[in-house]
Amino acid sequence: MMSNPDIVVVGGGNAALCAAITAAEAGKRVLMLEAAPKPYRGGNSRHTRNFRCMHDGPLSVLTGTYDEDEYYNDLLLVTKGKTDEHLARMAIRGSQESQPWMEAHGVRFQPSLSGTLSLSRTNAFFLGGGKALVNAYYRTAEALGVEVLYEAPVTHIELDGDRITRVDFTHGGERHSLSPPAVVVASGGFQGNIERLVEAWGPEAENFLIRGTPYNRGDVLFDLLGQGVQSIGDPTQCHAVAIDGRAPKFDGGIVTRLDCVPFSVVVNKNGDRFYNEGEDVWPKRYAIWGRLVAAEPDQVAFSIIDSKSKDLFMPSVFPPVTADTIPELAGKLGLDPQKLSETIETFNGACRPGTFHPTELDGLVTEDLTPPKTNWARPITEPPFYGYSLRPGVTFTYLGFKVDETAQVQGTKGPVENLWAAGETMAGSILGQGYLAGFGMTIGTVFGRIAGREAAQYV
Amino acid sequence: MFDQSQMDSKPSTRIDEARRQIEICNACRYCEGYCSVFPAIMRQRSFAEADITQFANLCHNCRGCYYACQYTEPHEFDLNLPGILAEVRTESWERFAWPGPLARLFQRSGTALALALVLGFAALFWAAQALRPESGEGFYAVMSHGLMVAIFMPAFLLPLAALFASLRGYWRHVGGGQIRLSHIRHALGRAARMKDLSGGQGQGCNFEDEDRFSNARRMAHQAVMWGFLMCFGATASGTIMHYVFNWPAPYGVFSLPKLLGVPGGILLVLGCAELARLKLKADPDLGAKQMRSGEMGFVLLLGFVSLSGLLLYAAAGTGAVAVLLPLHLGAVLTFFLLMPYTKMAHGFFRLAALLRDAADRK
Repeated sequence: MMSNPDIVVVGGGNAALCAAITAAEAGKRVLMLEAAPKPYRGGNSRHTRNFRCMHDGPLSVLTGTYDEDEYYNDLLLVTKGKTDEHLARMAIRGSQESQPWMEAHGVRFQPSLSGTLSLSRTNAFFLGGGKALVNAYYRTAEALGVEVLYEAPVTHIELDGDRITRVDFTHGGERHSLSPPAVVVASGGFQGNIERLVEAWGPEAENFLIRGTPYNRGDVLFDLLGQGVQSIGDPTQCHAVAIDGRAPKFDGGIVTRLDCVPFSVVVNKNGDRFYNEGEDVWPKRYAIWGRLVAAEPDQVAFSIIDSKSKDLFMPSVFPPVTADTIPELAGKLGLDPQKLSETIETFNGACRPGTFHPTELDGLVTEDLTPPKTNWARPITEPPFYGYSLRPGVTFTYLGFKVDETAQVQGTKGPVENLWAAGETMAGSILGQGYLAGFGMTIGTVFGRIAGREAAQYV
Repeated sequence: MFDQSQMDSKPSTRIDEARRQIEICNACRYCEGYCSVFPAIMRQRSFAEADITQFANLCHNCRGCYYACQYTEPHEFDLNLPGILAEVRTESWERFAWPGPLARLFQRSGTALALALVLGFAALFWAAQALRPESGEGFYAVMSHGLMVAIFMPAFLLPLAALFASLRGYWRHVGGGQIRLSHIRHALGRAARMKDLSGGQGQGCNFEDEDRFSNARRMAHQAVMWGFLMCFGATASGTIMHYVFNWPAPYGVFSLPKLLGVPGGILLVLGCAELARLKLKADPDLGAKQMRSGEMGFVLLLGFVSLSGLLLYAAAGTGAVAVLLPLHLGAVLTFFLLMPYTKMAHGFFRLAALLRDAADRK
């Protein structure tokens, strides 16, 4: 193991790698401490698939233009203004310049995947997805002499006044301490830490599924916040979507998403509907359903469709529960057969004739129904009937370090002299609420590079 | 309460296991850009046995999808698509091979069997020398042209007929229809450039060093394929010169058989050596484990065919010919006779799969 690195990078995902590569290219000796074992390296970057990229003209796989103002407006829409305009615009402008940098460091792009046409102008997709990107960066970093330790969780970072003086971690069953001149923290949020989620959200969080890595536990985040480093982002909030209730507790990733809600009737465990399933097209609504399901008893819901709708959405990883009658389906889903039949009958009775358009707001609205379904309201009548369970799937948490435009972490009295942060662990500065597809990778890449550059300049 | 059943048990058959994995791939789609397999998967929502057989033969085992996958072990989804497709693919060759039992025999202990056959046939040729001709030029001084034709004509045509029967079975199984010129153009174009080993963007496969992309395997395979075709062209041109132009061997350096055969043979030798080397470095779990010795046996046999051919040419006019000729011809005979039951069949099945795939593309 490197005994006297210039820079210790805490974390092993996209932001950590961008920082490590940038610092190594500046001639610095870099040690990366990745908490996960090698097969699970890369944090949530493993599960990503694209990079939201500003471009003033055609750029690589991206056609047309996506300029700074349009990008920023998209960000304002999802965050409802909860952003830091200066940092946000830095990330946005940095994305255009980062795209060629990514290619030069081994990342391969491809046009948007099938079923993601809505992102084809704004997002550059990684060939093979985020794990392929992570693999390429590890190859590049190692070729530059960056040393990577796996299964090396950091247990404590000592803050003495305005300086980091020590990094403690375990590796190979032993405790180690280093006192590097500079430290970059890029170790994600705390969504893998159920106890912390319960503290923040309440006991309901026990029933949440975590879509990404279990290694994002927030240990370094809470350790430093406990020593007076400034935080940003709502500590009680996480970004959650509704996913297949049968998904693994951790790391289910992309395949556990369910896109059937707009064509379905969604009931809670009591068999009652609770929200307008057809409020808007799914890409604009999937993010609110995590929260909606989290508010229902036992944090579970059931999406019911009939055979008319079976092929209208992306295939899901688990086959649906199937039955020839609604009561039978209810039985298989563990719902009260009579209650579910009543709910479906009431819904069916409120549907009105009209033309159904699965890909646009078709205005096929229910009449005298509470809550209403305002689009795609077709009666559930044609067997076989299908049911999927839904649970909240947590993607990331918002709490993070407050940083300035050099990615430097802010302490009680101004910046911590030798500490920088990048990626999800500081994204709350820019993304205070909601989510914009591919923006996490943008923040990680742009600020990862800034953190690497600044740390290297400092050393 | 609703049961969080997840994926309790692994399916029992290889087809079922492949289907389980393919359904996960179809919900993910990150690998769409690597090869022909993923776009083919994504055109469908449910997968019959025939679909899976077709995907398996379309897969060139470049392994890009394995190393890019979020769901490989230790993840509970435990995906290994190149591995399971390789096993299904081998199973399908065995199933369609005609007559079948031979295929199984070879794939169980390929290297030993190939060696035994080479030696057996070489011995047979030593015996055939008892019928040594009284006159003849070049190789025909060792073995008469008539005897060679009498042995190799059936040894070439019968396996071809058997292969044809296998491919017909495959074509019917995967629901192949009328073949159009555009399909042929598509399939031959992809095969000629080995597009499905290109990683989608020319970076190659993840074969010999985990997730590092490299074109080594693609180049080696190209050397073998083109080398083989050149050697085949050399033989074909010699046959035409013999029968049509009444111009029997031996041929000079600047004749068509030699111009094709010598570089072709060199490409084959180099390509086979490199393929064997890469195979030793690759992770066996991502290929067909039941086929491993059979594959290696085939590569070595093909390498030996070409090497002995080159040596034979170099030894022309010396006493070594009497030893080398039977060895070379014995290896060639083994190679041809076993063609439908060895890795050689994969080329024909791949081409059929590419043809079938062409019909489904827009």
